[in-house]
Amino acid sequence: MNASMDWPDRLFETIKRAGIRQVGYVPDAGHARLIDRCRADPDIRDVVLTTEEEGVALAAGAWLGGERSALLMQSSGLGNCVNMLSLMRTCRFPLLMLITMRGEWEEFNPWQEPMGSIVEPVLKLCEAEVYRANAPDEVAGAAERAVQVAFGDERIATVVLSQQLIGKKVWTK
Amino acid sequence: MKLDRRAAMATLLAGRDDNLLVVPGLGSTAWDVAAAGDNDRNFYLWGAMGGAAMIGLGLALAQPTRRVAVITGDGEMLMGLGALATIGIQRPRNLAIVVFDNGVYGETGMQPSATQGGVDLMAVAGACGIATCLDVRDQAALDDLAGRLKGFDQTLFARVSIEATEPPRVLPERDGVALKRRFRAALGLASQAKA
Repeated sequence: MNASMDWPDRLFETIKRAGIRQVGYVPDAGHARLIDRCRADPDIRDVVLTTEEEGVALAAGAWLGGERSALLMQSSGLGNCVNMLSLMRTCRFPLLMLITMRGEWEEFNPWQEPMGSIVEPVLKLCEAEVYRANAPDEVAGAAERAVQVAFGDERIATVVLSQQLIGKKVWTK
Repeated sequence: MKLDRRAAMATLLAGRDDNLLVVPGLGSTAWDVAAAGDNDRNFYLWGAMGGAAMIGLGLALAQPTRRVAVITGDGEMLMGLGALATIGIQRPRNLAIVVFDNGVYGETGMQPSATQGGVDLMAVAGACGIATCLDVRDQAALDDLAGRLKGFDQTLFARVSIEATEPPRVLPERDGVALKRRFRAALGLASQAKA
């Protein structure tokens, strides 16, 4: 695996260093390797969700019980979370979200564009800190900063992983 | 037979020990839990509709030596029905989901909910893989559930059939940060985060 492809491992290392014990996710191709690594780790409880907002509530419960969690999703999933994010803001729960982008670069599927195009404005309206990674060497720094803000300041902090970083989805083989 | 909601909640929480953590769903069940007696180990919801069961899951996974009871209404559970699927495959042994089912949205004018239309939450929970599903329709079944909440060792779901009444509101603390901090302090966790 070449250096440009190992950014999911940098995210996993950040998750481990941060002491994260619960990882909620709705599967996404961009997160496939990170999900595999979390599932293989005996110290991480991987929780597959039916919808992303469940992961917001899961993170609140984890923090009430003294554990750190992370929530993995694709950009479309953010739209499923908006009201539940009120819980995090009202109670100042930490929430670390790692979001893989669709609909912004070389997107074949136009149905991804409406939500993809408003991810960052929606996050900012929800008072989330946004750290965007467009290239592999930006991933680790963005993730470390998001961890500090989420768990240090009890805030919503997100790492937005650009579609260019993840690469084109292959539709026909 | 349908039970009185305040009396039912009082029965479920009577003599609770420090290892029972309670997450009441927003609205009437939060007022019922407050009426049964305030406790630092209650995390009342005033919003986050559809999220109570998942808050309970995160908490149960984080606190495996304590018991977690999510006590919520049928409308709140219906909004987050997928959580039963998520919980059904995690199955923490220390999580109980108790639904006070009156078949209506009590806070908003008693409009009928899907359970009144025939949706069976017990069947849903069972189909999601929760092995212990209790249908609580009388005092004996309620007493049995109250006993189980004092010591259970597998994921539990209970539907408590209650009358559609609206007793006087008993409003708990509504500052979310204060509720969070006192809950964590009661568990011996630092009230402030560390990076």
